[in-house]
Amino acid sequence: METTKLALVSKILLFIIAGLFIGSLFVPMWQIDLDAPQYPEGLVLKLHANKIGGDVEIINGLNHYIGMATLHTENFIEFKILPYIVGAFSLISIALIFINNRKFVLAFFGTFILFVILAGLDFYRWNYEYGHNLDPNAAIKVPGMAYQPPLIGYKQLLNFGAYSVPDIGGWYLIAAGVMLFYIVFKEFNLFKRKQTI
Amino acid sequence: MKVIRYLNLTTYIMKNKFVQAVLVIALGSALVTSCKPKSSGDAVSGDAAEKAYVAPGKYDEFYNFVSGGFSGQLSVYGLPSGRLFRVIPVFSVDPEKGWGYSEETKPMLNTSHGFVPWDDLHHTEMSQTNGEVDGRWVFGNANNTPRIARIDLKTFKTAEIIELPNSGGNHSSPFITENTEYVVAGTRFSVPADYSNGDVPINTYKENYKGHISFVSVDKKSGEMDLAFQIVTPGVNFDLSHAGKGKSHGWFFFSCYNTEQANTLLEVNASQKDKDFIMAVNWKKAEEYIKAGKGKKQKVKYAHNTWDEHTHSAKSVMKDEVLVLDASELKDICYMIPCPKSPHGCDVDPTGEFIVGSGKLAALIPVFSFDKLQAAIKGKKFEGDYGGIPVVKYEAALHGEVQKPGLGPLHTEFDGKGSAYTTFFVSSEVVKWDIKTLKVLDRVPTYYSVGHLCIPGGDSKKPFGKYLIAYNKITKDRYLPTGPELAQSAQIFDISGDKMKLILDFPTIGEPHYAQAAPADLIRNNGQLKFYKLEDNKHPYAAKGEKEAKVVREGNKVHVYMTSIRSHFAPDNIEGVFLGDEVYFHVTNLEQDWDVPHGFAVKGANNGELLIMPGETTTLKWIPDRVGTFPFYCTDFCSALHQEMQGYIRVSPKGSKVPLQFSLGTNLPTTK
Repeated sequence: METTKLALVSKILLFIIAGLFIGSLFVPMWQIDLDAPQYPEGLVLKLHANKIGGDVEIINGLNHYIGMATLHTENFIEFKILPYIVGAFSLISIALIFINNRKFVLAFFGTFILFVILAGLDFYRWNYEYGHNLDPNAAIKVPGMAYQPPLIGYKQLLNFGAYSVPDIGGWYLIAAGVMLFYIVFKEFNLFKRKQTI
Repeated sequence: MKVIRYLNLTTYIMKNKFVQAVLVIALGSALVTSCKPKSSGDAVSGDAAEKAYVAPGKYDEFYNFVSGGFSGQLSVYGLPSGRLFRVIPVFSVDPEKGWGYSEETKPMLNTSHGFVPWDDLHHTEMSQTNGEVDGRWVFGNANNTPRIARIDLKTFKTAEIIELPNSGGNHSSPFITENTEYVVAGTRFSVPADYSNGDVPINTYKENYKGHISFVSVDKKSGEMDLAFQIVTPGVNFDLSHAGKGKSHGWFFFSCYNTEQANTLLEVNASQKDKDFIMAVNWKKAEEYIKAGKGKKQKVKYAHNTWDEHTHSAKSVMKDEVLVLDASELKDICYMIPCPKSPHGCDVDPTGEFIVGSGKLAALIPVFSFDKLQAAIKGKKFEGDYGGIPVVKYEAALHGEVQKPGLGPLHTEFDGKGSAYTTFFVSSEVVKWDIKTLKVLDRVPTYYSVGHLCIPGGDSKKPFGKYLIAYNKITKDRYLPTGPELAQSAQIFDISGDKMKLILDFPTIGEPHYAQAAPADLIRNNGQLKFYKLEDNKHPYAAKGEKEAKVVREGNKVHVYMTSIRSHFAPDNIEGVFLGDEVYFHVTNLEQDWDVPHGFAVKGANNGELLIMPGETTTLKWIPDRVGTFPFYCTDFCSALHQEMQGYIRVSPKGSKVPLQFSLGTNLPTTK
């Protein structure tokens, strides 16, 4: 028997998802870890939904050697918009419990995936911008060298090794995505269909 | 023929007394040589290297705060590696760190005698709470111009120095009570009090010379010191001291010698009496008398110098009054306990019950009992008085004597497991003995002639045991020789087992006397600072950003508000300074990260350098002595472009028309 209504477990999951979205606003979403021989303790950039945190000042101080522009929260419109988007996602998740229709959940899942792709592209664009737009008068110039941090994963940038990975907030979003995916699968009986084949 | 000749020779030898004597000496020396231990290397056990080894990148278990003796400084070592981490300037100037050279630090070395650039730091004592080391501060004494310093262990910097009036040779200091209520100071030299006429014949010691014991209170929160009161006693030499703890909290014990009151040739004249004293001071009682208004206000002069972490500057205030209690009038503050042969060390065991006196010429160690002392005082078991102070009967206060421990006992520390460890200067050894039974348990040689010793927490209620460090007075052949003047020698023993085991020798700076040690985590996790916050910098001449960098002329004074950041100064081109000007470089280090100090030095300065920690502002005064252009540069290798971190200051003749100007990066060549 197929129904468009949501199962109780899906509703509970949607509630949790709403919590994860809200929670992610209070913790860093993404981190870029930098390691160098002189920095055994490491330097870290923490990207929150609304600001850049971590050792920004120290990293800005070091960037002048290679002529990289300094990082300032106010230069990124993303930090103004992002909290609203994530907040809206949370509200939508709650709303979906009451709408109680699997199609809407599917639509929301699609929107979320789209958001992730756009955010990834945007992050890549900024990384490229900062890694390539260098002051021609910088003290250290290595021909052909760019300092674009990896979108995700590890890359060596001169004496620094850069690891770009999700932070707690990022993991919240990933968990939310996985749960949404699960709800969609479950509600459209994708598990059962497979079994019947 | 041959036989006769031989006989003749034998009789000749036997008859000639001189030859006989030579034979005896030769035989004797051969015997002695064969009996002598092969070398001190034998004293090292097989696993010593492993025990003292701290692998590269690993941390030591303990911090060791070692007095610098005649260097006037305090050195910080790691245990068990014996590695030197830092020399904290305290009582002596240190041009390397700008201590006593920068304008901000000069007031720290101010005294009632003016600026004193050197002193002799003998003892360190860490602050305690409930009788346990708390890792907040370490105190040090200045022996020559009597003072006490407090070093803040959040910054490893001297935070405060207080001078002590009525004193000469502040030796029995800076020992503390179990909650750091007081840090004490007993004068080594009795002298005519500052509030009396000092212009008296030296041979009127007995009438005119007095001893003064200072009780300096320590603020629980800020640590700030205040000379609460002094106790005046007959003229003697106070040597060392330790506070009671636990049951004996409220009492303080000072060893004293020269009770003969000699004023010349003390090595003979002060060694006449069979017994001198340990003076027991009931400081709680003294507090009551102070409250009751029994203290006499006396006119004196002493400096109180404090460091402000926000202005990064010191302030020196001259004080002019001290409250003095008279021990001979107020009969129940002080009691004398006879102690053999010019006692030196005066140490109290972790329970507070046993007081160990070490007569430096004695061949035994008397151990006194606090309970018996109390009973003796109650039962008035006195054998008379000394200058109005009751003298308790020796036997009445005695717990017992350690028999034949060695020669010349000096200092004792405790392991918290019932054992005491005493150093012997003359017989050059450390002897372990049982506090209760007074039996000798073990002995190890030291190389050579040990003075003080230190067990982590060894004078507190809670010793950490494990290691014992002997600070030796004679070095001789222990290290590669360096001409007539040698490094001083310290030795680490593993005391975790029944037997003491030598595990490491290490050279030290200055001449170490007393030292203290505490578990590394206690100090590392006490909120230690990594750098100063620029936003908290309240220095009146701070430039908190390059936009604030400027040069301001006030008459013939030129104030340079300079900033330093990797890898440039702002400004780095300065013109319009004239001969006859006094130039003040106020350098602010704009860095806000750990371990990025910058230095500053200018050519021809009759001054030290500056080492400026991140977020700090420090000032170097420079009086140019000639017309010309003078380079200045960063002296602390700060970055890849450290060699580029430099600038010029131009000095023109007096009355020249060169305008005052300063810049960074904009003063480009006018000719092409």
